[in-house]
Amino acid sequence: MARSMRRVAVVGAGLSLFMRRALETGKELSYYAASQALQSAGLRRQDVQAVVMASGPDAFDGVHMKGEYLSDGAGGWRKPYLRAYVGGGSGVFSIISGWSLVASGLFDVVLVVAEEKMSPTQPHPQAAFISIFDHTIERPLGPNLLWIFALEQNRYMHAYGIRNEEIALVSVKNKRNALDHPAAQIAAELTPEQVLASEVVAWPVHRLMVSPVSDGAAAIVLAAEEVAKRITAQPVWVEGVGWALDTSYWGNRDLAYPRYVEDAARMAYKMAGITEPRRQIHVAEPYDPFAYKELHHLEGLLLADRGKAPEDLARGRFNRDGELPSCPSGGLLGVGNPIAAAGLMKICELFWQLRGEAGKRQVHNNPKRGLAQAWGDLMQIGTVVVVGV
Amino acid sequence: MARERRSARRPAAKVSRLRKKTAKVPPQQAPGPIEPVVRDGLRGTPLRDAHVQGGMVSLERWEPKLEYRWDTGVAIGRFLEGLREGKILGVRCDRCHRTVTPPRAFCEWCFKPMDAWVELADAGTINTFSICFITWDMQPLEVPQIPAVIEIDGTSPRVGFLHLIGALRAHTVDGIRKEIRVGQRVRAVWKPAAERTGAITDILHFTPA
Ligand SMILES: [Zn+2]
Repeated sequence: MARSMRRVAVVGAGLSLFMRRALETGKELSYYAASQALQSAGLRRQDVQAVVMASGPDAFDGVHMKGEYLSDGAGGWRKPYLRAYVGGGSGVFSIISGWSLVASGLFDVVLVVAEEKMSPTQPHPQAAFISIFDHTIERPLGPNLLWIFALEQNRYMHAYGIRNEEIALVSVKNKRNALDHPAAQIAAELTPEQVLASEVVAWPVHRLMVSPVSDGAAAIVLAAEEVAKRITAQPVWVEGVGWALDTSYWGNRDLAYPRYVEDAARMAYKMAGITEPRRQIHVAEPYDPFAYKELHHLEGLLLADRGKAPEDLARGRFNRDGELPSCPSGGLLGVGNPIAAAGLMKICELFWQLRGEAGKRQVHNNPKRGLAQAWGDLMQIGTVVVVGV
Repeated sequence: MARERRSARRPAAKVSRLRKKTAKVPPQQAPGPIEPVVRDGLRGTPLRDAHVQGGMVSLERWEPKLEYRWDTGVAIGRFLEGLREGKILGVRCDRCHRTVTPPRAFCEWCFKPMDAWVELADAGTINTFSICFITWDMQPLEVPQIPAVIEIDGTSPRVGFLHLIGALRAHTVDGIRKEIRVGQRVRAVWKPAAERTGAITDILHFTPA
């Protein structure tokens, strides 16, 4: 890794509410999050030198060139501006993109905004996902996004003898954690029995194991070391970033283990000087669009043994008061899943957790270092960021 | 107050068509007013379905009709010709010694052209499957679709593609799981030769062997 990179810190964070359907347009939601992030850093739009925007498939909005459409809401007027897009991995990829602009020395202050408005697609945004599948050999079979998650979950369960009761506990934990999150869309106190009693949408996936359709936005401000120290007494440093993309021939992969997440994590750990992630990461926000994904990802991140994350979960290791709190925000399953915004929400959560500002959500282990991860494209990208104080 | 505006400016002719839809408002209790919410400084104005269906917000509708004609490509084109003949084809790379399907013109690992075409068996093993009660556009299904990744005989380990399992007796999760499992041997059920068009759907589905 290049030695000449500058240190970069997160110095502000903001969110909109996450909602099934918002009156606000995507631009307006972006403005809420971006203006709040700037305000929390004590900065104005004029202080920002460049803007990174993340948003998911244009098909949700029916607006092509969505990045350009959203630019005003992201504070991008007459500034260097770019859109970061790797499907569901976009939210965490957006901070990686912003980090590279600051670490390289090109800019000192960069605003990173992520937005998703899924509600416009009728009758349901699920239909927009058909266009991610191969046009010749997959779409004629009528695939939906639930298929690939259900197929992967079944392979994961088969490979390690995992029971659905164990996976249901992820929904229970995250929806409960979200009760303390002001942006939360579907927080709930549930039992595993209630999760398994919800209807089967695509066996082995039940409805309450699936994150919701959401509208929402998130934003952070990144600054170079000297500037960050002037802005805040509590900068949260970006210590490592990593991302990797596997083949699009997803039927040719080991569906029980996300190798590309491991690749991304190893890149981030190396940059952060992390040799024992289970000891050196104190709080994690892995990507949880479906319940099993949090477990799958904790294993790919080397934070749990392969096939053993369910056991760790059952004995409380990932609770807020556990050894490695995981998704203390409530995650996508509890706070909601405005896709790109959900990934950046995880960075906001780490920002608040590491500064001791997470209120009722504050984890109990006085964390010094946290990790956020997202996943996407055709089950093939892992994006990982390690931050610390 | 209830209004659903038609777009004043239609995009280029023929790529869009706007359809007037009569709003069906089921009897329901009043959803309450639409109000901005602030929680711990986080802002938003949540809408309920009843706000939308009850005409309490103005909406703009647009229904695109887009049409594409995709070239199937060098490798998949030949794969489709194989399907028309009732054969499943794969390709082999002599550097990494993989035999893979769906076929591709070049090895993405070795980044060189594939070395040979291979005719595979029209049978394989279920790597994983699901039992799905929802269509691609979220319509409920009485009889579920059973997508599966099938590892095709003659390929390298864990190499398969997406297709459907069919011709099972059961329609329930428990019943279907008695008929198929991960590791189940399956064979392709083909369309009659005269009806094949050189498409992935020339295989109707796979079924337990
Ligand atoms: Zn090769």
